[in-house]
Amino acid sequence: MMKKLLSATKWLPKIPTGPNSRRALVLLAITVILVIPLIEFQQRAYWVRVIGYTGLYIILGLGLNVVVGLAGLLNLGYVAFYAIGAYTYALLASGHFDIHVSFWLVLPLAALLAGVAGILLGIPVLRMRGDYLAIVTLGFGEIIRILVTNLTDLTNGSQGLIGIDSPFLLGLELKTSTHFYYMILIFVIIAVFITYRLDHSRIGRGWIALREDEDVAQMAGINTTRYKLLAFAVGAIIGGLGGAIFAAWQGSIFPDNFNLMVSINVICLIIIGGVGSIPGVIIGSFALIALPDILREFSDYRLLLFGLLLVVMMIARPEGFIPSRRWQLELRTEEYAHVAPTGTAEKSEGS
Amino acid sequence: MILSSRDVTKRFGGLVAVNNLDLEIQEHVIHSIIGPNGAGKTTFFNCVTGFYSPDEGDIQFNNKPIAGLSPDRITHLGISRTYQNIRLFSNMTAIENVLVGQHPRLKTSVIDAILHTPRYHKEEGEALEEANRLIRFVGLIGLGDQLARNLPYGAQRRLEIARALASGPKLMLLDEPTAGMNPHETAEMMLFIQNLRDEVGITILLIEHDMRVVMGISERITVLDYGEKIAEGPPNEIQRDPRVIEAYLGRGAASGLGRISATAID
Repeated sequence: MMKKLLSATKWLPKIPTGPNSRRALVLLAITVILVIPLIEFQQRAYWVRVIGYTGLYIILGLGLNVVVGLAGLLNLGYVAFYAIGAYTYALLASGHFDIHVSFWLVLPLAALLAGVAGILLGIPVLRMRGDYLAIVTLGFGEIIRILVTNLTDLTNGSQGLIGIDSPFLLGLELKTSTHFYYMILIFVIIAVFITYRLDHSRIGRGWIALREDEDVAQMAGINTTRYKLLAFAVGAIIGGLGGAIFAAWQGSIFPDNFNLMVSINVICLIIIGGVGSIPGVIIGSFALIALPDILREFSDYRLLLFGLLLVVMMIARPEGFIPSRRWQLELRTEEYAHVAPTGTAEKSEGS
Repeated sequence: MILSSRDVTKRFGGLVAVNNLDLEIQEHVIHSIIGPNGAGKTTFFNCVTGFYSPDEGDIQFNNKPIAGLSPDRITHLGISRTYQNIRLFSNMTAIENVLVGQHPRLKTSVIDAILHTPRYHKEEGEALEEANRLIRFVGLIGLGDQLARNLPYGAQRRLEIARALASGPKLMLLDEPTAGMNPHETAEMMLFIQNLRDEVGITILLIEHDMRVVMGISERITVLDYGEKIAEGPPNEIQRDPRVIEAYLGRGAASGLGRISATAID
C-alpha cells in the first residue's frame, strides 16, 4: 500500500531543483502574483479574492511560525490574536459605537493589544511544555471566541459587527478586493522581512535553541522566560495585524470567523510547508487555503481529494514541502593552527 | 578560591543525593569528583549550575553566592558545563551551536536584528569569527556547517566543549568527557583538557569514571559516596585511601587488599 502510494507521487510534477530554474520559478510566481489583479480574464475577481485570502493566511502563518516553528511552543489558540486585532479595528471604526478612527492609527493599537494579550497568555504557561501547552492555548483561543460571542453589549454577540469603515490611503478609499490584495501583499512582505531577520540573528538562534533543548539553552545563558514571552508577543502582534486587515477587508465580522479551525489551519499550513521555514509557510498557505477553494469544481469530492493530497504529501515529504535549512557559516580559511579563544588569550600570554 | 560549597544538601523525597557537602575548588586547578554510581556527583553539578537549587547550604563562586540563581544568570557569571549524555542543539549546525554558546556575550536586540543596525553587523561578524576560531580550537575544521546530529561521536563531545567555551567561562564543569571513547580518543581528550587549563587558563571541575584519566590529569580529587565526601586529596593519596577502596570494591576487598599489601611488605 505504502509503496503504491509512493510510486503514485512520481506522477506529480517535479519541483525543479537547480538554483537557476528555481530562481526562474520564483520570479515567474512573483510576476503572476503582481499582475493577476491588473489583467482581464474570466473569474478575475474570484482569483483575486482567493489569493488575497491566502495572503492573509501567509501573514498568520509567518506569525505563528515564530512561536511554533522557531521557539517550538505549540500554540493552538492563535486565532485569539487574530480575533483581538479584528475586533479592535471593528469597534474603533464602525457605526457600532459611532467611533471612526483611521485604519492607520488602529493598526498599531491592534498590534499592541494583541502583543499584550500574547504576553498575558505567555506568563501562566511559561513552565508548560508540549501537549500541556497546546491544551491551555487551545482553551485560550476558545475563551476569546466565547467572550466575543457573549459580551453582546460590547461586540454585538453572534449578530457580529457590520458596516466597518474602509481604510483611506492618500484620499483613496480602499474597498475593492484588488486594493486589499495589494495591501495584504505589502504586509506579507513586511512580515517575511521581520521574521526572516529575526530568524537569522541572535534572537532567532535563541528561539531555535529553546526549541531544541530548553534546559541546555538556559545553561547556555539564554533567559528562557524572556525569549518565550518575546516569541509569543511577536507571533501575537503579527496575528493582530492580520485580524485588523481582515476586518477592514470584509467590512463585517462575526464570532464564527474566529473558530478553532483557523488555528488548526494555520498550524497545518506550517507543518505542510516545513516547520520553521518561511518559504514553507507561503507554499503551505497556497496548498491549504487556495487549493481547497480551487478544487471547488469537484464539489462533492473536494474534501476527499484534498485529504488524499495531504496523505500523499505527508508520505512523500514528511518534513514538509520546503524544510527549513540552516545557513552555511563556516569560513573556509586555510589557517589550521590551534588558536586560543579571545578574552582568555591575554591570560595565557601573562602566565 | 574560585568555587566553594558549604553544607550543601539536596534531597529527592527520602533520598539524600548530596549530604552536607563542603567543597573548595582552587583557581587554575583540574579538580575531579569521583565516586560510585549514584554518589551524587551529577546532582552536585546541577546544584552548581542552577539546574537544581540546593535544599540547604551555600555555594559561592568568586565569593558571590550563586545557590538558587537561574542557570542563565550563573552562566553570565562565568560557569559553563558539558553533559554526561551529549546534549547539543541537534538540528543546528556546529557553528550555530557555538554561536548560541556566545549568547551571554552578545547584546543584539530585536530592533538591531530587524533594522540591521551597525551594532548587529559588528557583533554578528565578531561572533562568527569567534565561533570559527573555537571550531578550529577544538579541531573540528571543515565540520562547522554540519548539523550537530550528523557529527561523529567524538566530534559531538568536542563541539559541546566548544559551546561551553563560547560563553567565556572561568570555571568549566565537565561531566564524563571521555565516556564512550576509545583509548586513543581518551588520551587526546586528556591532553585537550590539560591544554584548556594551561593555555586558556580555565579552572576545570571534572566528573570521570576512567581512573587513568582521573589519576593522570587531576591535581586534586574529591571522592563522594552516598552524597557524602569520604576523601579528598592529590591522586597518589586517594589511590591508597582505604575508605575509597572500600567505597568502590566493598569492605571485604578493602581488607583483602590490606592483607595483600601487608604480605607484599613482608
